[in-house]
Amino acid sequence: VTTPVAKTDVEMVDITFVRSDGSKIATKGKIGDNLLDVVVNNNVDLDGFGACEGTLACSTCHVIFKQKDFDIIKEKLTDEELDMLDMAFGLCDTSRLGCQVCLTKELAGVEVKVPEGVNDARSS
Amino acid sequence: TGLDVRLLLRRSNHRFCVIGSGPAGFYAAQHLLKLKPSSRVDIYEKLPVPFGLVRYGVAPDHPEVKNVTHTFTTVLKNPNVAFIGNFEAGKDITLGKLKESYHAILLAYGASEDRKLNIPGEKEHVVSARDFVGWYNGLPANRDLAINLETKKRAIIIGNGNVTLDIARILLSPIELLEKTDISPYALDALKKSTISEVVICGRRGPLQVSFTIKELRELVNMKSARAVSEIRDFDGINEQLLKDFPRPKKRLTELLLKSAQASDTTSSGSYSKSWFLKFMRSPKMVERHGDKLHLTLEINEFDPANKERVVGTGKTEVNICDIVFRSVGYKGRRIFDELPFDENTGIIPNVGGKIENGIYCVGWAGQGPRGVILSTMQNSFDVAKTIIQDMESVPHSDKSGFETIKNLVTDKRLTCYTDFVKIADFEEKHNRKVTTIDEMFKIINGKL
Ligand SMILES: Cc1cc2nc3c(=O)[nH]c(=O)nc-3n(C[C@H](O)[C@H](O)[C@H](O)COP(=O)(O)OP(=O)(O)OC[C@H]3O[C@@H](n4cnc5c(N)ncnc54)[C@H](O)[C@@H]3O)c2cc1C
Ligand code: FES
Repeated sequence: VTTPVAKTDVEMVDITFVRSDGSKIATKGKIGDNLLDVVVNNNVDLDGFGACEGTLACSTCHVIFKQKDFDIIKEKLTDEELDMLDMAFGLCDTSRLGCQVCLTKELAGVEVKVPEGVNDARSS
Repeated sequence: TGLDVRLLLRRSNHRFCVIGSGPAGFYAAQHLLKLKPSSRVDIYEKLPVPFGLVRYGVAPDHPEVKNVTHTFTTVLKNPNVAFIGNFEAGKDITLGKLKESYHAILLAYGASEDRKLNIPGEKEHVVSARDFVGWYNGLPANRDLAINLETKKRAIIIGNGNVTLDIARILLSPIELLEKTDISPYALDALKKSTISEVVICGRRGPLQVSFTIKELRELVNMKSARAVSEIRDFDGINEQLLKDFPRPKKRLTELLLKSAQASDTTSSGSYSKSWFLKFMRSPKMVERHGDKLHLTLEINEFDPANKERVVGTGKTEVNICDIVFRSVGYKGRRIFDELPFDENTGIIPNVGGKIENGIYCVGWAGQGPRGVILSTMQNSFDVAKTIIQDMESVPHSDKSGFETIKNLVTDKRLTCYTDFVKIADFEEKHNRKVTTIDEMFKIINGKL
């Protein structure tokens, strides 16, 4: 039986957010939390991140993974996530919405880029 | 000495004024305070309540989008922020007085007019999308819009943007879905009685030039109550080969359009009770009333051989018989200060990166024109806020008194503050409906309701 302290140790993994200017924010996140939870719980200083609070209705939580990390993300890309990503600035093949990706043991030490700026997709 | 330092610190408090409390105003205020936490920001709003198009534009069946108001509320609770509602800049105060009272003025008043079709019969027979959106969202100014959907069958919406799709969705949605939203009570009543069964969405150009986005299109495509109908020949020449070289967003959007067109061509009418139809390459020319029907004349367009993104009229026309016509061809900005330049054509104040002149800036739809989602508005606000703070660094400034001065100049009306809004919001939550008249808002504020 593990003590509670050891348990929280085990459940936390390192994650680094890299801003568009190259500056890095190293933090820790609980396994099972999504990247928006990590940003909120740790007060990670990323302007405007998570405007719709994880309801797949914005794309302010856009992050770019390295290919090897992208490949091992458990949650599959849905049409709805792709639709929102299509509005994001700096869209890449390895882009995801942070609120749709949960931390796993395999993602320990992951580094994600947070692009700045927007793509004016919606014109009324 | 300690006193000198305190004086200096006090002096370094910047007073900022934001005109308009939509996303642009709030995100700018948030960023100004982040970059200069000691500054004070007064947010002025024409209506007694804040949030602009998030409250009065975003469709009621998109509550997730409205989650941004939680962030805005955090801004409102900042002790260095004051909300001043029921205050119309330009009418209740001159630009000169604002300049005297603030170090920088930020215009975030959105785009309060709409673009017109300029065709005969428009004034009598065409409903403005903007008014209709305001009506179903409970905007006081639009509550008396006489919308009767009884006995009406066929609606035509002119325009190919997201607002068009919002309106189509509201007209086609099962009433049980709308009942769960904060749609205005009178709009819900009218929609309950609605007999609209067909919505035609009419665009000037082709499937490759639509300006709505895929999320909104997919919602319509996935609707269980309404089926998509298309004319497959509009998609001539649009195939895998062509799509392959498109950037991902355009490729996916076009694929979805194509897929729904192909499906609509093969499925029989099935169990759907309603349908929607994308009509391309048509420009409106005239609307006339014949008995209880409207006749909308459309000119058929063709692509300009010299520029495949443009269309030219062929001179051939067709008459579409319908029951209601909406125009949804865009919002437009309005001039509020005569002292500032204004481009009538684009509806914006000429600006460079949000700067109009020293100490006067613009953001969001007021500065960039009425296009872009909340996300793009947010980014623009962050950028302009950064510019303002940089500009402030380079100029010495004197003490300014902000709202303390302004409030003595506006004595003929009751302005609202954040706690007034809280009363209204609490009332709305308790009674589970939006308050849709200014009169009722003030009754609630004054404890009479
Ligand atoms: C129908 C519709 C649906 C939309 N749906 C979505 C959506 O689902 N998702 C999304 O991301 N984006 C959506 N948008 C876009 C989004 O609403 C805009 O990007 C955003 O609201 C622009 O913000 P703004 O602050 O510039 O303007 P606004 O939101 O229009 O705010 C301007 C504010 O200024 C006030 N004002 C005007 N004149 C004065 C004056 N003289 N003095 C004081 N105050 C004044 C107005 O009352 C208003 O509160 C939609 C837009 C429309 C029109
Ligand atoms: S927070 Fe809005 S989509 Fe992720």
